[in-house]
Amino acid sequence: MVENRRWLDILTHAVLILGIAIVALPIWITFVAASHDALRMTQTPLPLLPGGHFWRNFIDTLLGSGLSGTEIAPVWRMLLNSLVMALMIATGKIAISIISAFAIVYFRFPFRMGFFWMIFITLMLPVEVRILPTFEVVADLGMLNSYWGLTVPLIASATATFMFRQVFLTIPDEMLESARVDGAGPLRFFWDILVPLSRTNIAALFVILFIYGWNQYLWPLLITTDTSMTTIVISIKQMLEAAEQTPEWNIIMMTALLAMLPPIIVVITMQRLFVKGLTETEK
Amino acid sequence: MASITLENLTKSYGETEVLHHVDGHIEDGEFIVVVGPSGCGKSTLLRMIAGLETITSGVVRIGERVVNNLEPAQRDIAMVFQNYALYPHMSVRENMAYGLKIRRLPKSEIDRRVREAAEILEIGDYLDRKPRQLSGGQRQRVAMGRAIVRDPQVFLFDEPLSNLDAKLRVQMRLEIRKLQRRLGVTSIFVTHDQVEAMTLGDRLMVLNAGYVEQFGTPIELYSRPASLFVAGFIGSPAMNFLPAQAEGGRLRLEGGATLACDTASRGPVTLGIRPEHLVADPDGPIVLRVDVLEQLGANTLVHGTLAGTRTELTASLDGVRQIATGDEIAFTAAGEALHIFDRDSGKRLEG
Amino acid sequence: MIKRVHFPPGVLPYLLVAPQVAITLVFFIWPASQAIYQSFLLEDAFGLSTEFVWLENFAALIDDPIYLQSFGRTIFFSAAVAGLSMSFALVLAAFADRVVRGATAYRTLLIWPYAVAPVLAGALWVFMFNPTLGIFPYFLGFAGVKWNHYLSGNQAMLLVIMAAAWKQVAYNFLFYLAAMQSIPRSVIEAAAIDGAGPFRRFRDIIFPLISPTTFFLLVINAIYAFFDTFGIIHAVTQGGPANATTILVYKVYNDGFVGLDLGGSAAQSVILMILVIGMTVVQFRYIEKRVEY
Repeated sequence: MVENRRWLDILTHAVLILGIAIVALPIWITFVAASHDALRMTQTPLPLLPGGHFWRNFIDTLLGSGLSGTEIAPVWRMLLNSLVMALMIATGKIAISIISAFAIVYFRFPFRMGFFWMIFITLMLPVEVRILPTFEVVADLGMLNSYWGLTVPLIASATATFMFRQVFLTIPDEMLESARVDGAGPLRFFWDILVPLSRTNIAALFVILFIYGWNQYLWPLLITTDTSMTTIVISIKQMLEAAEQTPEWNIIMMTALLAMLPPIIVVITMQRLFVKGLTETEK
Repeated sequence: MASITLENLTKSYGETEVLHHVDGHIEDGEFIVVVGPSGCGKSTLLRMIAGLETITSGVVRIGERVVNNLEPAQRDIAMVFQNYALYPHMSVRENMAYGLKIRRLPKSEIDRRVREAAEILEIGDYLDRKPRQLSGGQRQRVAMGRAIVRDPQVFLFDEPLSNLDAKLRVQMRLEIRKLQRRLGVTSIFVTHDQVEAMTLGDRLMVLNAGYVEQFGTPIELYSRPASLFVAGFIGSPAMNFLPAQAEGGRLRLEGGATLACDTASRGPVTLGIRPEHLVADPDGPIVLRVDVLEQLGANTLVHGTLAGTRTELTASLDGVRQIATGDEIAFTAAGEALHIFDRDSGKRLEG
Repeated sequence: MIKRVHFPPGVLPYLLVAPQVAITLVFFIWPASQAIYQSFLLEDAFGLSTEFVWLENFAALIDDPIYLQSFGRTIFFSAAVAGLSMSFALVLAAFADRVVRGATAYRTLLIWPYAVAPVLAGALWVFMFNPTLGIFPYFLGFAGVKWNHYLSGNQAMLLVIMAAAWKQVAYNFLFYLAAMQSIPRSVIEAAAIDGAGPFRRFRDIIFPLISPTTFFLLVINAIYAFFDTFGIIHAVTQGGPANATTILVYKVYNDGFVGLDLGGSAAQSVILMILVIGMTVVQFRYIEKRVEY
């Protein structure tokens, strides 16, 4: 920076550290709660420093059937459901969006713009505004309580299609011409040139969509009535309700921790891709 | 190897015709340069031959085959693009082999061809590098290599040297020429640079606003330009143009001076004289009033106006000269150095 | 914008867009048109007969004080979430922009709440503010504040605002930091040479230059607060107490799935659709502008 004033540097770091402390506080408290035994978690004031039961709680939560008195699937099963859902949503969105963008950018065919606008409209219709009729469609198709029902209705994606369209538009025309002179047909060009050239964009999008898929709430809440299909994110709400009878906060908070850990790990370990994905899909 | 024939070739985008009735025959093994200012349609013409642009009307023949409706890959051509269009995620080797792989050539054959091309172009040392790790000149060679390995009937070059710096451009120009001689492949090279065109081409096709102005050898274009446009475009420094009145056997310049000339025509014309063809002669009819000198060492360019007028005039004198601004120098010119063009149409007047 | 060259058309492009278009038709456009259609219908309590009532459902909503209150509450909630979260993020970004070394470390430590699902954010905050056990009510007790968001509507609203804003800080921080880092250094240095100190520079140079980002974030935060906070409300307050935190999205869900008022819920859906379309149009208008500059 321009100045080299000591007090300003100290202030800068102090503000940032304070900011981080505020942002991190809820997670710290969750972690602390997950590291004590159930009894300690019923006594006020609640602890502010971690206890010695973390691994114990971890094993109990992961392998046990969750909170006593609730009718939910084992936590590992819910984690698995969440993982399958997140992967299917991320992969599905990327797959159908990249091929639509390919068609829209590299072909000129009747109704091209019609399709483009149809995909665009999905941006304006989040699940929240068409809850009931969408539920009815899925119920009529017999897709309740299935991975297909959890994911397929969510995988249309205007933002992903736009992002790939943008990426393809920046690839020079000569790349296509050169491939045509080399004798590559459309599908060959797609696989040999476009997909490799978009791979960082694909990875960045995957990070964002994995988080999006993992964190889905309203949709799974509606269409999973069978406990074996519940996702980990949904289970928290049920546990909070049960907490009024059985306040095993150590288990509840450990479950919350397990539920948020995978996407947090993804964000932190793939930070560069995450930032790229976030800033590019919002353009 | 093959000849190329263009018959009445026309290109329109919607209502606008951008290329008008282009005809031409290119002999087997010939090196043709298509030259013209930007927007004249030269790249469009090349891309029509390549099959990257549709043909509105007319015929393109490669050898005996009409190729109008063939895909680029079926035309047996290779193309070097302005920005090289190397696939950034493939190594040099993969870039060169890609077209052959699609044509399902056996692996040993692909290897052999890549090795040969790499040897010719001296790029064997970086076959495993990615394009972004190469310098401009190296990329240029890879782009050439990609064309060579396919062993095509025709090479098409779309301003391939325009992204290089001046020194490298001259060097690559010579290499392309040598390579083409050695391989004997019919080639069409598009450029806007007239020096490049003059030094490379067996013959030049000068395009202007979608029309072929002239199609001939560099010397024909220089010594008998068919139009004012060609006369002004070919040659450096550019030809002088003086308004004149043809009076059958002589020309009357602005200001009244006359020049002997074996033209039969009468009426207003434009007289073209190249600066290097003006000969200093104290009794000469063409008087230059000096404005600025450009000292080039081997010669001196004298810029000024035709005395008593505002018509610009440039002469080229040997060696280093010191001439004061405002001085007047008289010149004459030989009869064969006078180019006479119709004032209205700009076409060369025979005679 | 458009490619100069294309592949020859045929069946292939249709096959390529088919999956996306099919899903859009079946799960987006058809349900949305159903919602519009249902918003014109009145169904009796047993679902035995339906009647086409034109705009009566909408008229009923406009006359319904509970709906109007929910509307006003949603706007207040959105404004509070956007204001709180954006100002907090702006301050942090302004300081992070000054850090030369370790900026990435700070960024890492500030962005991860983005990955936390809204419902989990709600769970964390409801635990911290649990009236009998929570840390904060315990300390607030010493200050003489009695915290119980199950009884106090204002406290409930404050809690969901904090939870929603907390989760959104990461996003706003990232965009603010990126915007500040894209300002050419020379502009800042010129201001310093003109004698502007760091705070003055922020006020006079940096903040005006990042105003497009502020506007963009305003729209994004509004959309977030309107729609993505369902999980937080559902976990923390379930719209209560006494509807004090029932925002529009929660009301659509509640009236439709719990109250089974199809026509009313559909009419609310249609109004929400109009709101999203409005916000999306504003967002894209803005993006077009941003491309120019």
